Amino acid sequence: MEKKKSLFSVFFNGIVTENPTFRLVLGTCPTIAVTTSAINGIGMGLAATFVLVGSNFVISLLRIFIPDKVRIPAFIVVICTFVTMVQMLLQAYVPSLYESLGLFIPLIVVNCIILARAEAFASKNGPLLSAMDGLGMGLGFTIAITIIGCIRELFGTGTLFGIPIMGASYQPMLILVLAPGGFIVFGTVLGLANIIMRKLEAKKAAKEGAKA
Amino acid sequence: MNEVLRILLFMVSCVFTHNFIFSRFLGCCPFLGVSNKVETAVGMGIAVTFVMALASLFTWVVYHLILVPLQLAYLNTIAFILIIAALVQFVEMFIKKSSPSLYKALGIYLPLITTNCAVLGVAVLNISEEYNLLYSVLNGTFGALGFLLAIVLMAGVRERLETSDIPVPFRGFPICIIIAGLMSVAFMGFSGIGG
Repeated sequence: MEKKKSLFSVFFNGIVTENPTFRLVLGTCPTIAVTTSAINGIGMGLAATFVLVGSNFVISLLRIFIPDKVRIPAFIVVICTFVTMVQMLLQAYVPSLYESLGLFIPLIVVNCIILARAEAFASKNGPLLSAMDGLGMGLGFTIAITIIGCIRELFGTGTLFGIPIMGASYQPMLILVLAPGGFIVFGTVLGLANIIMRKLEAKKAAKEGAKA
Repeated sequence: MNEVLRILLFMVSCVFTHNFIFSRFLGCCPFLGVSNKVETAVGMGIAVTFVMALASLFTWVVYHLILVPLQLAYLNTIAFILIIAALVQFVEMFIKKSSPSLYKALGIYLPLITTNCAVLGVAVLNISEEYNLLYSVLNGTFGALGFLLAIVLMAGVRERLETSDIPVPFRGFPICIIIAGLMSVAFMGFSGIGG
């Protein structure tokens, strides 16, 4: 028997169980490229969340009308519309963030998370559920890249959200804000996330074992 | 003579200094996804090179000859992604007809290229850096060769990783990404060459 998906479980699924960055390892390019500071991470995450919610909602509404054969181009056009909207909004209201994210705003179009959710979730579920899935996945992505952004900013420049934290005597590890740091921090955080998830799963399994 | 030298330097800088994976972070998904074996990595790299060279040519022409005169420059993302999707479809049909053996080798990787952010990335970069047609095509071609180099190097390392003893939580993606970071350190040595 298939369990009815509740809004909350769909939301939670995106943040923890199937976190797009840590569990599914999708959308790696922006994760590595824009996380030089915490604020960039949040900005990128929220922009992607907006696109995800909007595109999931619209695609779910259109899912009956879109012929199966041309569904991918149709999805891409919908996603593209939302990305162009985000691009214009950012340019108008937060030009500094627009500058620092630069190339990676138009590239939200080809972020695998968004197309993957359209294909795997929105084309099979109702609009409300799909929007919720988009919100969960988007926030999961935001949280993940903000964590990476915080680590890189804290150790790489000694600040957090632009505020000095580490004190004047701290010698910043410049490599972390440069290109290699992005890969190394992301890889390490991914490994640590795996350790935590394995512990949680082992606990869960032990609990179920005790019950039985 | 000077112009020739400039172009040569530009090619070198596209492959090494501004390597798509290690310094621009474009195309990381296929870089991590299909770098299990050297053979498949080479196939993917060649297919991407083909598409990126054509994509930089077509997107440049469409942007400068159609979108700009009609004052539709804000539609560039939509236009580019549609061109790329059409191009990938076309390349797929062309290879299928002309060289079935190559088609067999590349088969599954071809449709994946549409969502390779390096392809859209190079199209957007060509516009934002205001390259002329020659430089755009060179940027696409040699940038893609840099991608080919990176993915083949990575595949070589990963083939060896299979037999090495890695802590369990770091197996798979985490160790790959960390290795990519170390390779990126090596590529930083090229910085400054070709500007």
